[in-house]
Amino acid sequence: MTMRTVRVSLCLALALAAAGVNAADKPKISDGVVKIGVLTDMTGYYSDLAGAGSILAAKMAVEDFGGKVLGAPIEVISADHQNKADVASNNARKWFDEEKVDAVADLVSSSTALAVMPVATEKKRITLLSGPGTTAITGEKCGPYNFHWTYNNWALANGTGREVVQQGGDSWFFVTADYVFGKSLESDTAEVVKKAGGKVLGSARFPSPGTTDFSSYLLQAQSSGAKIIGLANAGADTVNCIKQAEEFGITPKQSLAGLLVFISDVHSLGLKAAKGLYLTTAFYWDRDDASRKWAQRFFERHKKMPTMVHAGVYSAVTHYLQAIKAAGTDDAEAVAKKMKETPVNDFFGKGTVGPDGLFRHDMYLARVKSPEQSKKPWDYYEIVKTIPAAQAFPTVEQQACPLVKK
Amino acid sequence: MTLNLPALSGQLLIGLINGSFYALLSLGLAIIFGLLNVVNFAHGALYMMGAFAAWMMTSYLGIGYWWALLLAPAAVGLVGVVVERTMLRRLYGLDNLYGLLLTFGLTLIAEGIFHHFYGNSGNSYPVPEQLRGGVNLGFMFLPIYRGWVVVVSIFVCTLSWYVIEQTKLGAYLRAGTENPKLLQAFGVNVPLMFTVTYGFGVALAAFAGVMAAPVYQVTPLMGSNLVIVVFAVVVIGGMGSIAGAIFTGLGLGLVEGLTKYLYPQASAVVIFVVMAIVLLIRPAGLFGRVR
Repeated sequence: MTMRTVRVSLCLALALAAAGVNAADKPKISDGVVKIGVLTDMTGYYSDLAGAGSILAAKMAVEDFGGKVLGAPIEVISADHQNKADVASNNARKWFDEEKVDAVADLVSSSTALAVMPVATEKKRITLLSGPGTTAITGEKCGPYNFHWTYNNWALANGTGREVVQQGGDSWFFVTADYVFGKSLESDTAEVVKKAGGKVLGSARFPSPGTTDFSSYLLQAQSSGAKIIGLANAGADTVNCIKQAEEFGITPKQSLAGLLVFISDVHSLGLKAAKGLYLTTAFYWDRDDASRKWAQRFFERHKKMPTMVHAGVYSAVTHYLQAIKAAGTDDAEAVAKKMKETPVNDFFGKGTVGPDGLFRHDMYLARVKSPEQSKKPWDYYEIVKTIPAAQAFPTVEQQACPLVKK
Repeated sequence: MTLNLPALSGQLLIGLINGSFYALLSLGLAIIFGLLNVVNFAHGALYMMGAFAAWMMTSYLGIGYWWALLLAPAAVGLVGVVVERTMLRRLYGLDNLYGLLLTFGLTLIAEGIFHHFYGNSGNSYPVPEQLRGGVNLGFMFLPIYRGWVVVVSIFVCTLSWYVIEQTKLGAYLRAGTENPKLLQAFGVNVPLMFTVTYGFGVALAAFAGVMAAPVYQVTPLMGSNLVIVVFAVVVIGGMGSIAGAIFTGLGLGLVEGLTKYLYPQASAVVIFVVMAIVLLIRPAGLFGRVR
């Protein structure tokens, strides 16, 4: 070798060594930034229970975390999936391929969630599902990088369903939104009802979104003679159902069970129409000091109290960022592992994330107050019972996620 | 599924109630579409604005339902007049498509603005005192308010049909759409007539909105579901036929009611299936006149 070659080789070797040392020291954040994409319904039926509030919750989580993790900045972007599965999955794909998004949050509306989850698994990115309900997310459709944070249909069915049956509501008729969320909620609740000794007398499936008049379905429920009319729907559908049930004189003789009701729904219905309604929630802003403190900060910016979806987004994003810090990288494999290893303890809930990705925490059975019982703005719920995490959610065995080794 | 006669009668009655509501809503569209040849895609948004106007009058000005029935359509009608004067007028000679695009754009703007200020869960509008409660018909409980909707719809539809088909003013209107230049030569102020017609159609949409406010939540998207159905009604009934729109509205309400009882999953689709069949057999619609 010539002197020149030796010198070049030496320089190269030193450079490589230096690079090697640097690489070992510097934590690996892909593309130098942690990008969280909030994919939610900004303009449609679920925009009040998720929507802009979810984006705000994610931003608050990032701000409270300090805006940076492992030396890299954290960015929050958002998009409107319009409750359409194809729009959601195309958007997610674009985010992953072109905009270097590391995690997708919210994904309200179960059909969009189920459409995005396989894309995330394929591209090895994390999903922080706070909005959708279908139990299959951590069951038969589970994936290695998906986290179901706030509630699922099983928890709702067992919370509201079981309680209502125990109070004497042993015959049910369902008014169901005809897509994966509604059908899953109906079947989970029907199972609970039958197990508790009750009967399901029938169900009516209506196209959702697209139905504003429920008189026909409520009439079918009325003529079935069922004691309880289970509303296996959400958002504007539930609000219209409750309003029209009152109009059709259903409520004195039969009772309504709102299987998925958010505080935004109660707010728009008014306590007069909603009073006495049983519902299961993961979060109530006025539950304790910690939740009140966070909710006040949220209220100052959003001008409305947070729903459980909003609180769930904040909690999930925070846990995600903490996992990145602990894992020393934003690689999905390592972060997912850390998220499942680390217990969660914040104003939203205390508990653990199972190997199937489901965050099991306490749920609360609430009853909507009457106008006389409400003493201040947004004073809507009376927390009747705390359902401990072990009872609130299905066990790992019950979820039967194919990825979990027996 | 067992055919339970009381239950079926209840469903048919509900279908009739909804049908009369469709008839009221499609009346305004039939007038605008039939007489002015404008594809008024904003009809749903105007219906929504009527409902919101009624809600705003109650919440901000303390004006009750009965006054809102007159004032809300007047207010929204005025908006329609402004839109016609400043924007629609320029599109009369052109292809239908331009009117559709313009009114569609206006719909998106209107829905966006209301969504920005009021969110999507909507607001509650109470049923007026005098119309609360219901009557037990034996096979179903009929809320008085729904009965009121049927009565008003039939009254307004009949009145409008009479004015357009049987009076001199209506004759001028129909002549104006067939040959505006000739009518103008007779000394009739045709542009003014068009403006008033559009305003009247808009006011009818807003009136339907006020009627709907106590029943459905007042939300920015309440019109977007209905507007397509209303177009289907007008197309099936036949362009240019006011009576056609009214009868079709009633008929489709019944068909939809029956579907909701027999196979509810198809209830959103059945109207379009009927439309497809009718258009294949009678392209001008059931009562339409080929222009």
